Amino acid sequence: MLSTDTDILATAEAWREAGRGVALATVIETWGSAPRPVGSHLIIDQEGNFLGSVSGGCVEGAVIAEAADVIEDGQPRVLEFGVADETAWRVGLSCGGRIRVLVEPVA
Amino acid sequence: MKLDILREMNRERAARRAVILVTDTVDGTQRLVREAEAAADPLAAELGARFRSGKSGIVEADGRSLFLTVQVPPPRLVVIGAVHISQALAPMAQATDLDVTIIDPRTAFATPERFPNVALLPLWPDDALAQLPALDRYTAVAALTHDPKIDDPALIAALKAECFYVGALGSRKTHGRRVERLTAAGLTEERIARIAAPIGLDIGAVSPAEIAVSVLAQVIAALRQDRRRAPA
Repeated sequence: MLSTDTDILATAEAWREAGRGVALATVIETWGSAPRPVGSHLIIDQEGNFLGSVSGGCVEGAVIAEAADVIEDGQPRVLEFGVADETAWRVGLSCGGRIRVLVEPVA
Repeated sequence: MKLDILREMNRERAARRAVILVTDTVDGTQRLVREAEAAADPLAAELGARFRSGKSGIVEADGRSLFLTVQVPPPRLVVIGAVHISQALAPMAQATDLDVTIIDPRTAFATPERFPNVALLPLWPDDALAQLPALDRYTAVAALTHDPKIDDPALIAALKAECFYVGALGSRKTHGRRVERLTAAGLTEERIARIAAPIGLDIGAVSPAEIAVSVLAQVIAALRQDRRRAPA
């Protein structure tokens, strides 16, 4: 199902109400050509189920992996992705942009 | 994010009220600011500008890096006319995150069979609009009935409410007569000029579904005006 911003935050609330561990990822800064605008959301539960996007699919895997730790320890963190990053060949943005993503627990 | 804050954001969105979530990007602490409270906030000037632009972003204040999540009411499309074009337009518009309502007093047209999964009000526009959250600048109105008795009251309400998009189906000749009626109803030339007519982007649309694409594209163009490379 195609998800919208409205669905994403409403779903985060529903997941949490149902007792699931939930993390919220938000694009907080972009430079150059970035696939999703600042403010875009991705939500992740402790099983790795997710809804929404913070890129065109390029870095979601890394954000989802990090979200598991955020749900576990309850500490927010800021992730940065881009071609300038040394991990660019692993997870990066093929479009050449850079993005910063805040991942926080919903508690 | 605290669950209470998330609940509050979802509630405000459902009520079509703008809010800004202020998040400290280092320690994760957050607070929610409603539009009415913004003037008394330490970040008043910045928050005011953000409510106007609708754009989220980082702001530096007192040596702290704060992220402002700006949540303005979700864009809404009110379609006047439960016609063939509307049947194609409603699901497409919903897929682009527009909250869609169809209004048509002709009960033979406004049936759930013709419009599954969309809010449908089989009422005259004045009565229907009174039942909905008030028209606002986050709302688009497309008048598609060809019938002045139905289209005109909705167009007048939309122009007065400064809806971000107001479009009306009909040829140039039909629109000329519409302009005369709206002028007689007391609307200024400037306001009337905001109506997109003939409706839709000029893509040579023929079928109802193609016309729906051209209307939806025009609504999105109005919504994303500030991101466009060429002027309207």
